[in-house]
Amino acid sequence: MTIATFPPEPPPPANWSRYLGFSTDAKVIGIQYIVTAFFFFLIGGLLAMVIRGELITPAADLVDRSVYNGIYTMHGTIMLFLFIFPVLNGLNNLLIPTMIGAPDMAFPRLNTAAFWLVPVFGLLLIGSFFVPGGPAAAGWWSYPPVSIQNPLGHLINGEAMWILAVALSGVSSIMGAVNFVTTILRMRAPGMTLFRMPVFCWTALAAQSLQLIGLPALTGGAVMLLMDLSFGTSFYRPEGGGDPVLYQHFFWFYSHPAVYVIILPVFGIFSELFPVYSRKPLFGYVYVALASFIIVGLGLIVWVHHMFPSGVAQWMRDLFMATTMLIAVPTGVKVFAWLGTLWGGKLRLTTPMLFCIGGLVNFVFAGITGVMLATVPVDIHVSNTYFVVGHFHYVIYGAAVMGIFAAIYHWFPKFTGRMPYEGLGKLHCLLTFAGANLNFLPMHPLGLMGMPRRVSSYDPEFAFWNVLASLGAFLLGVSIIPFLLNMISSWIRGPRATHNPWNAIGLEWLLPSPPPEDNFGEEVPTVISRPYGYGSGEPLVEHQVEIERRLQLQEAAA
Amino acid sequence: MSSSLPVTAPQSDKPHGHINHNLTGFIIFLCSESVIFLAFFSGYAILKTSALDWLPPGVEGLEWRTPLLNTAVLISSSGTIMLAEHYKARDKLWLFRGFWLLTMLMGVYFLIGQAVEWHGLAFGFTAGTFGGTFYLLTGFHGLHVATGILLMTIMLIKSFIPGNYAGGEQGVQATSLFWHFVDVIWIILFVLIYVWQ
Repeated sequence: MTIATFPPEPPPPANWSRYLGFSTDAKVIGIQYIVTAFFFFLIGGLLAMVIRGELITPAADLVDRSVYNGIYTMHGTIMLFLFIFPVLNGLNNLLIPTMIGAPDMAFPRLNTAAFWLVPVFGLLLIGSFFVPGGPAAAGWWSYPPVSIQNPLGHLINGEAMWILAVALSGVSSIMGAVNFVTTILRMRAPGMTLFRMPVFCWTALAAQSLQLIGLPALTGGAVMLLMDLSFGTSFYRPEGGGDPVLYQHFFWFYSHPAVYVIILPVFGIFSELFPVYSRKPLFGYVYVALASFIIVGLGLIVWVHHMFPSGVAQWMRDLFMATTMLIAVPTGVKVFAWLGTLWGGKLRLTTPMLFCIGGLVNFVFAGITGVMLATVPVDIHVSNTYFVVGHFHYVIYGAAVMGIFAAIYHWFPKFTGRMPYEGLGKLHCLLTFAGANLNFLPMHPLGLMGMPRRVSSYDPEFAFWNVLASLGAFLLGVSIIPFLLNMISSWIRGPRATHNPWNAIGLEWLLPSPPPEDNFGEEVPTVISRPYGYGSGEPLVEHQVEIERRLQLQEAAA
Repeated sequence: MSSSLPVTAPQSDKPHGHINHNLTGFIIFLCSESVIFLAFFSGYAILKTSALDWLPPGVEGLEWRTPLLNTAVLISSSGTIMLAEHYKARDKLWLFRGFWLLTMLMGVYFLIGQAVEWHGLAFGFTAGTFGGTFYLLTGFHGLHVATGILLMTIMLIKSFIPGNYAGGEQGVQATSLFWHFVDVIWIILFVLIYVWQ
């Protein structure tokens, strides 16, 4: 029967060594990104354990104060530039080509180069622990004038290495963003119009557009910072006529949108997973998709809310307070769309679904404190306190990292061909949710009481909440153990996955698990309907029944 | 299985993975690259408008006549590169190479003019925010001019490969776009630095 020419044959058995070399296959690069990211996640997490270990008692008794400054600086930098961005780029690499039916990324070699920059600047950053004077210690935002002090006078110092690493990270991210945007715009399967594209691709497109618009501003600001630090210019030096607040503008023009770069793909993950596990179409698909771009537009004009206490004009405070609060509208659209999806659905509480629900709960909480922080008087009151730290960690760990874990459990069978263990997964989810809330919730009362961030010792009146937060942090540290156990053992000897273990709808689920190197190759199915047709019985692509029957026959024969 | 099934998989009109996306990617990159100049320009404007003593002691301002001549050469080179593209589209490859080389030489002339100007200035890049921003902006732009010349050299060499343009090569178009971009940036830069004194 000639129908046997498609879908493609399953790939030869996986060869581990291809993950160690310069591969141009997006699926290999995706896994390289994710594994590298979790390597740095463990380092950044270890630093977090040291921070919370120090803060479990009011006295500065675990590490030296100057070492502590370096530790929180590197914790933030590593977690953002070496964990979150790489892990999301890994998901982009795995999901974008398979979801849109492309054989690979638009520029495979550029993709390879972008990935291999990550270990390079990672080593540069980790290496800064071992130079005289230690690593950068000005906080992850690296504000001048603190960041342009160079007391030892060495040309190679922690701060200079930090700036170079961030600049290289920017180069890598821009290379990735050019690739992702081109791939999404130009390489979609026949019939897949923009409004038939999965929401994850919409959010990836939105997030990568933000990278393209925002990152160059940070790079420009960082170049000027490096020149001030190392070559004696005075862009940010008040004594030479410079303006330290100018750096804050450059930094936040990128680094506020950077939060949307992180959270938008997670919105995409929520939008993919809630329909699968509640067996209902995504509520308000078009609005969810478009809200991503409203977030992009608004996200570019809110950055001054990080600078309310930095001496900006009152009209700017008012303006940016208003734009910041407006962000709650498109975000609210998405939250209600997810609730609408869940409402009356047949919920299946699998590990990925539990991570999504937990992430959504944390995100709503973070959104509420976000609106509080947008209010100028509240912001000035809690600026630079633990309230801000708590809010930020709810967004990043509570929502984004939980969403990323959900995505990893959900698509793990697709790209490894093995099922992750549900028991370990649920334990991981429980520990993560409990740990994150125990860790980050006490930071809010601490901030309201006035405990400043970035201190290694504090007044004993803050001790109670700090002990709770530290216990939560250690719980989070423990929560990684079942995750790593699960990933390693199920990848090696987990049960074989079928092509569609979750009974999900999407082009990636019409490929064998794991997909062959060029995905659909030349035989890309034609998309004939919107995604998320759960419950309608409507096929996603032409000849869907034949494709699925063929995949089942292949699996039965294997 | 029913005999009405298709004999082969549905084929799309355009084969996937064989289309050249270089130009799309390059345009996206240029949009991104313009933001870094936007950052430098806005930084310059903010520092200049808020400065108490913008010019360092002993500096009266910038001489603008020679830079204006350089500007004229650079802007004209946008015209010559368009002519080059025009002849390439008509398969007159030698005329293409001639105008392409002329554009490169005009770029080199601009860079030399920039170097001569730098050499004759009485202030260095540590001379306050005036010196810092002047050298940063002109230097960063000069780096782009040099990159443009490098790209043009590569395209010139590639034009001698037989059948180079048969596979839908987009390098010439991309380089030309880059050159126009560098030109537009210079016009803004000239207005900001030399006209607004």
